[in-house]
Amino acid sequence: MPVLLIVIPLLSGLIAFLVKQEKSVKSWALLSSIVSLVISVMALTTKNDSWLHYNLPWLPELGSSFNVGLDGMGKVLCLLTGISFPVIFIATWNNSYRKPNNFFALMLLSQAGLMGVFVAMDALLFYFFWELALIPVYFLCSQWGGERRIPVTFKFFIYTFVGSLLMLVAIIFLYFQTPDKSFSIDSFYAVAQMSPGTQAWLFVLLFLAFAIKMPIFPFHTWQPDTYEQSPTAVTMVLSAVMVKMGVFGILRWLVPVLPTASFQFGDNPATLCVVGMLYASFVAMQQDDLKRLFAYSSIAHMGLMGLAIFVPSNMGMQGVMIQMFNHGINILGLWIVVELIERQMGTRKMSELGGLAQKAPVLGILLVVLALANVALPLTNAFIGEFLMFAGVFTSLASKYHYIFAVVGAISIILSAVYTFNMIQKVFFGNTNSLTAGARDIRLNEKLVLSALVVMIIAIGVYPKPLLEITQGAVDTLISKMMIKNP
Amino acid sequence: MNAIVLSAIWGVVMMFTSVFSRNNKVVRGIAVTGLAVLLITNILEMNGINFFKVDVKGMMVFDNFGLLFNAIAFASTLVFFLLSGRDIEKVGMHVADYCALIFFVLCGVAIASSFNTLLMLFLGIEIISIPLYILTGADKRNLKSNEASLKYFLMGCFSTGLMLMGITLIYGVKGSFNMDVIGMGNGELTPMLAAGLLLLLFSMAFKVSAAPFHFWTPDVYDGAPTVFTSFMATVVKAAGFIAFIRLFKNSLGSMQSEWQLMVAIITAATLFIGNITAVFQQSVKRMLAYSSIAQAGFMMFAIVALNETAFEGLIFYAAAYSLATIGIFAILIKMKDYTFEGFNGLAKHQPVLAATNTIFLLSLAGIPATAGFWAKFYMLAAAVRAGHVLWLVILGVLCAAISVYYYFRVIQAMYFKDGDAQEMDATPAFKGVLIGIAAVVVLLGIFPEWLIDKLYYFF
Repeated sequence: MPVLLIVIPLLSGLIAFLVKQEKSVKSWALLSSIVSLVISVMALTTKNDSWLHYNLPWLPELGSSFNVGLDGMGKVLCLLTGISFPVIFIATWNNSYRKPNNFFALMLLSQAGLMGVFVAMDALLFYFFWELALIPVYFLCSQWGGERRIPVTFKFFIYTFVGSLLMLVAIIFLYFQTPDKSFSIDSFYAVAQMSPGTQAWLFVLLFLAFAIKMPIFPFHTWQPDTYEQSPTAVTMVLSAVMVKMGVFGILRWLVPVLPTASFQFGDNPATLCVVGMLYASFVAMQQDDLKRLFAYSSIAHMGLMGLAIFVPSNMGMQGVMIQMFNHGINILGLWIVVELIERQMGTRKMSELGGLAQKAPVLGILLVVLALANVALPLTNAFIGEFLMFAGVFTSLASKYHYIFAVVGAISIILSAVYTFNMIQKVFFGNTNSLTAGARDIRLNEKLVLSALVVMIIAIGVYPKPLLEITQGAVDTLISKMMIKNP
Repeated sequence: MNAIVLSAIWGVVMMFTSVFSRNNKVVRGIAVTGLAVLLITNILEMNGINFFKVDVKGMMVFDNFGLLFNAIAFASTLVFFLLSGRDIEKVGMHVADYCALIFFVLCGVAIASSFNTLLMLFLGIEIISIPLYILTGADKRNLKSNEASLKYFLMGCFSTGLMLMGITLIYGVKGSFNMDVIGMGNGELTPMLAAGLLLLLFSMAFKVSAAPFHFWTPDVYDGAPTVFTSFMATVVKAAGFIAFIRLFKNSLGSMQSEWQLMVAIITAATLFIGNITAVFQQSVKRMLAYSSIAQAGFMMFAIVALNETAFEGLIFYAAAYSLATIGIFAILIKMKDYTFEGFNGLAKHQPVLAATNTIFLLSLAGIPATAGFWAKFYMLAAAVRAGHVLWLVILGVLCAAISVYYYFRVIQAMYFKDGDAQEMDATPAFKGVLIGIAAVVVLLGIFPEWLIDKLYYFF
């Protein structure tokens, strides 16, 4: 099953290069992404454990194999990836691109890379997919992005490439420390205790790679520019799924592999996360461009996840798991709204918009729900995640400063309410102006995906238990690897 | 042994073909046949079939390492001929002579990959160098080509002198040219031995254009006719490295702790200078010259580390780097304008050239799923395994990130910028070969052990 998740988008992506007709390549991409979604849902529900793992020798001399598998965390993220792509394709159905075959082919290839990252159980394979997810996105942004796309994407690419190369060094070093000279994740977990100095710089190398991807302050500078300049479909991939690669990487390849260092130095990244949350929230308040607003808001949310990981507790980890999924869903919805507004009005500037709720009531209602989720109000999915994370940080025994972290971090939630509602007020309420007077309500396909997302938000917000159960196992093993007693 | 004898014979044959045939097609056909014969006989020798039973008195050792490299070098040259053979004709009238010189270079390559005494090393390096001086100046009426040739010749002679001096000093200490004898002993470094070792190190660093002995490289590569630059920057440079590592592994390995730091510093300087300078180039040809210095910096990792991983990695690096660079040069030769702007918009009317070029550039940059990734991977792994030089590894990956900048500038020009790139006669056969190489680069990028296994067991 994990193999199918990689192979289907990969093959259909390669085929899509050859389909020159716009309509048919769109349908083909949608079809492929729906098949992936179905498989990821099946992976979630299957009882047969042997379907979830697959191991094929790849580089026997080197001790690396094509080892893929799905655990709770992987399942949830594959589901998120599976949901994202059909949603993206449907929501942007009416957009037309130059050379549509290349566009959709690259989209599918990036999906294959993302799936690969989430199922890889071998460090080298993980690195492989980590990069493979990046290359198509580079081409997508550079070819179909906004005005300043070339320098911006270039910065993004080099930034993340530096990070991944540093990660490669750490992976190679760890490989030589493994008892059986193997890249498999079990061997990495079995690495004997290393000296604190060695652990420290390994921690720095790995952390940099994941921090750039997430992004954690002060490694975030690529992100707002890239989100702004990318075509919205790609921004959705980047922010809904790709930044989760960073969180996922920390959870699978950093914290369990270097538990002592993570415990010892946890306060430093946690401080960065808290600073980043506040900083991003303040910057978000000053933004006029909707895309930049959500970009900074996203940094704040990712910061909270980082905080909950580095000030660990059972509850907080559980929150991270579920919030990875929730944040993906919410941000996807917000980007769709941005895309709709931009397509109709030709602008993303809040100061030029206003009174849209009168003209597009359905969009208004759906957006308010999304905004509430962004602020993490009760009954929305984000409330569950953020509450668990804050409660976890607050009660964590891992750090001396957990009270301060939790309290300061919570300020950013208040700030997020400020900028989110400010945005709603400016864009949707108030009087219409010459630009928004001619606005129409949204089309059926857009209504469909947005309401599907909203339903998901509320469903998880009211009844999160199934999702929590899936990730419980992953959280338990993670916590036991970190050797920290439940608070 | 097969390769040495046959390449020398074939070189002589090539010289005389121009007497009997003025038809360039025939000349090219004979050259390609010769390369195929060399490749096949070399593979036969790898499997123990040797046509020439010559007693070399232990002066040469034909081990897997050298033979596998020979195979790679011959295969790369074959590819080079298939892609750029027609462009050799454009350099001047004496096509057969150029081909003959290339075969002599290959003879030198085969010696340099299997020497076991310092004398044979000297012979091999000289047999490689002298034809190259001529090839560099092949474009007789071009002032830049003449200048490059002279510069190369003078600098080359100087470094050869250094090498001879080094060999003499080492002979003075150890009383033998034989590498096994030199390698014996407790690794103690007397002043005279140290001087000899240094001189050898410097001259080899010159041959592979490692900093600070690299100053000839950009001018020579830029001045030489582009077809021959392609050959010099790939097969010849890789052969220099094979000789380098052979020398240090078999004879000077016991003194590794004495010279490791020095080689590490040379490596760091090479990486740094090559990458930083390449960033500022406006001409793709000159950028490739500096990029070859940067890549040499990565190959130097093998000499710093000097372990199993390094040997495997260097072989792989030679193949990955040669294939990709030959491909890029072959496309560059077809371009009217050698600047970055000359590539603007190439993807629009030549999608095949642009796509294959992208794969080669990604490979040079070391992106996964291309052969270049494993090349860099093995080098980094070798250095990590050796220990002590982790600072060098970190520097190496930072430089690799810098290299992305100038390789991707070409990709950006081809795909994302508007313009009308002018190229000349890209035939379907040419494109076919390009696609074939790109496929090999990707396949090696997914299954690197297909090649590396050949070091240990053959077909």
